[in-house]
Amino acid sequence: MRFVDEYRDAGKARVLAADIAARCEPGRRYTFMEVCGGHTHTIYKHGLEDHLPEQVALVHGPGCPVCVIPMGRVDDAMHIAAQPDVIMTSFGDMMRVPGGKGSFLDAKAAGADIRMVYSPLDALKIAKLNPGRRVVFMAIGFETTAPSTAMTVLRAAAEGVENFSVFCNHVLIIPAIKAILDSPDLRLDGFIGPGHVSAVIGCRPYEFIAREYGKPLVVAGFEPLDVLQSVHMLLGQLGEGRAEVGNQYGRVVPWEGNRTAMEVIGKVMRLRPYFEWRGLGFIAQSALSVADEYAAFDAERVFDLPGLRVADPKACQCGEVLKGVLKPWECKVFGTACTPETPIGTCMVSSEGACAAYYTFGRFSRERVREATRA
Amino acid sequence: MSSEPAVEGRAVGRAEGVERAVAESRAGVAPGGSSSGGREQQVLDRIARVRRRRAVVREERITLAHGAGGKATQTLIEAVFLEAFRNPVLAALEDGATLSLDCARAAFTTDSFVVSPLFFPGGDIGDLAVNGTVNDLAMCGARPAFLSAGFILEEGFPVADLRRIAASMAAAAGAAGVSIVAGDTKVVERGKADGCYVTTSGVGLLERQVSLSAAGARSGDAVIVSGPMGEHGAAIMLARGDFGIEAPIVSDTAPLHGLVAALLDALPGGVRSLRDATRGGVATVLNEVATASQVAVVVEEEALPVRAEVTGVCELLGIDPLYVACEGRFVAVVDGEHADRAVQVLRGQPGGAGAVRIGTVRDDPPGLVLLRTVFGGTRIVDLLVGDPLPRIC
Amino acid sequence: MCLGIPGELVADAPEHPDLAVVEVGGVRRRINVGLLADEELRIGDWVLVHVGFALSKISQEEARAVLGYLEGLGRDYDDELDALRASDIT
Repeated sequence: MRFVDEYRDAGKARVLAADIAARCEPGRRYTFMEVCGGHTHTIYKHGLEDHLPEQVALVHGPGCPVCVIPMGRVDDAMHIAAQPDVIMTSFGDMMRVPGGKGSFLDAKAAGADIRMVYSPLDALKIAKLNPGRRVVFMAIGFETTAPSTAMTVLRAAAEGVENFSVFCNHVLIIPAIKAILDSPDLRLDGFIGPGHVSAVIGCRPYEFIAREYGKPLVVAGFEPLDVLQSVHMLLGQLGEGRAEVGNQYGRVVPWEGNRTAMEVIGKVMRLRPYFEWRGLGFIAQSALSVADEYAAFDAERVFDLPGLRVADPKACQCGEVLKGVLKPWECKVFGTACTPETPIGTCMVSSEGACAAYYTFGRFSRERVREATRA
Repeated sequence: MSSEPAVEGRAVGRAEGVERAVAESRAGVAPGGSSSGGREQQVLDRIARVRRRRAVVREERITLAHGAGGKATQTLIEAVFLEAFRNPVLAALEDGATLSLDCARAAFTTDSFVVSPLFFPGGDIGDLAVNGTVNDLAMCGARPAFLSAGFILEEGFPVADLRRIAASMAAAAGAAGVSIVAGDTKVVERGKADGCYVTTSGVGLLERQVSLSAAGARSGDAVIVSGPMGEHGAAIMLARGDFGIEAPIVSDTAPLHGLVAALLDALPGGVRSLRDATRGGVATVLNEVATASQVAVVVEEEALPVRAEVTGVCELLGIDPLYVACEGRFVAVVDGEHADRAVQVLRGQPGGAGAVRIGTVRDDPPGLVLLRTVFGGTRIVDLLVGDPLPRIC
Repeated sequence: MCLGIPGELVADAPEHPDLAVVEVGGVRRRINVGLLADEELRIGDWVLVHVGFALSKISQEEARAVLGYLEGLGRDYDDELDALRASDIT
């Protein structure tokens, strides 16, 4: 068992698809939001919608860390990267995200030392190898990634690495889901919950969604059968008039999450009173900063940052796309002014962004393709 | 390399070097010194003899003098490149090579190589530079015959590394049956280049009546790849060491002209298009075909050949093997009726054992590459905006 | 970004107690297992790897349960089809 291929089986998918169709009440439409960009990627990459009946629509949510970074924070990061003694390190996803003054790739071309890393630990290694330079890790991501950043800070502190800091942009999923639930624009029947965030925070934090908003949520894995089965489970709850938190991804997600990971976050990071999300605006207690005890590793305190707020481009409708109000192709600039080559909005940048996924994988007429691929 | 090394491997101090030069020049003189032309003539004869001796590069590292066009350049060319590539056309050291072509039509191409690192599991920039141009000629249906090689060297580049690169170029040229008949060397200041860049141009003979074009695909044609995808790109990625991943992956760099010749001979008139899948991988070639021919290319994900280790690397890094470069694989579009025969012929050739049909050409929707996923869905396979990896060839 | 890959623990890494070697499809990488300090990991266990860290120990029982459920669904589906084929109401 590799825990990958087993969950891509077309035969099982067909059986599940038949049962999903059977669980749909005639004439009723169902709209589910997959909160996490990883799910959006899975859905498009494997052509999952081919297995769903027309009655079931999936809308894409805000769970794409690169997509929600506001322009001002990108500009702050570029300001740090422009210091002559700085090596900026970043995940590859972040390299093309536009701020008010271009992206990391532009800054790199202009002479900044910006390096792609696979892990924050790689950034720490670069710091140890370059004692004369200040090395900054551009920390982005939800609760999935925050523990890794926190562990890296603890390691830097333990080893006395003084030229390392993190520019902390970690955000939290629950306030974002709450913002979506409180948004008047959208009517959802349920949520496909983020699997890897839940591996850290567990399933309990979602209980308010069922209790206070009466919506079911099923935590799902990232293989296509996982997502399909979570749709099946959501329909099962709705059919029986239930609204609960379900866990399809039990192989990875314990109900209580990862206690060690939560403790590490709690030790190294603090809740910000508020944080700006691209397209969603300011959301209270929705992000993390580095705790005072580790101030020496906090790029926001090590460097003097402009901290300016930059308004999103007017034409960009990423906010509506992130809230699931608009499908990517319903945005005014989708595919014309905004393409993967020249992205205006962040949803077109990350491979997990709804617009990029739709543009790259799904940009075709299903009817025509069904005709063309008929064996 | 077959000939003896002409470069001294160890450091030579100034005084030691002078003494040796004196000793060596004396050794060339006949015992007794009974020469007719007097003492001055003896010295002149000695100089002439020393200058006729085989060129020797004594430096361990490339200096700006090696690119200045004078004696040091000449020595470098003779001691390193001529030694490695030796053939009558190159040995004439004219400004250009005069070639005898036995047929009226020829293919001509050029390609530059800036791969980092220069040496990697399965190859180096040298065989990459030869195979790359050989393969571009083969994709035109030509028999590769002559190559030129231009080198841009960074001041301080180890001469031993240059010799190693020249040796693998010579070996690759031998394997591909081509001669390197012209060349050039430039040296740039330290810090202005990354060690060594190589540009190769090539001429190939079009001995068959073939018309190969990415615009030649039509509905019903079959799409074939000549072997597993992505091994070169994955090998380079690991060799750079940025990601701390270990795996037994070697580059697939190889000449493809033999495979192509067998395919063209077996399917006269049945091969529409040949492209080697280098940067951008198989996905990029498929998009070129779909766009140029205004057809749909429908690919079966289940049929895509990828070795487990390459899949592993791609999963860890979140990239798709369809976009990872190969340096010894090509995509062929052939008449659908002869698809089985084409695969069979390729599998019987060295380097073609992994050949497999991956898809079919359809009329609609034109310009798109569609993938039928293992999961039973459909998606498109688009062009990537940028390569996920810098400088892989 | 939230990319997580299942990998098998194949060796300890001698240089640091928080490190271990995982294998994904024949490919090896050192990862940090410090976030699974409570799990008593053993060689042969599978973990979910995210940005160089093991985030979760994969439960084989849970994995089998899901696949088993889907297989059961498949059997019901086949039975249904068989029943449909066998039934003759003419």
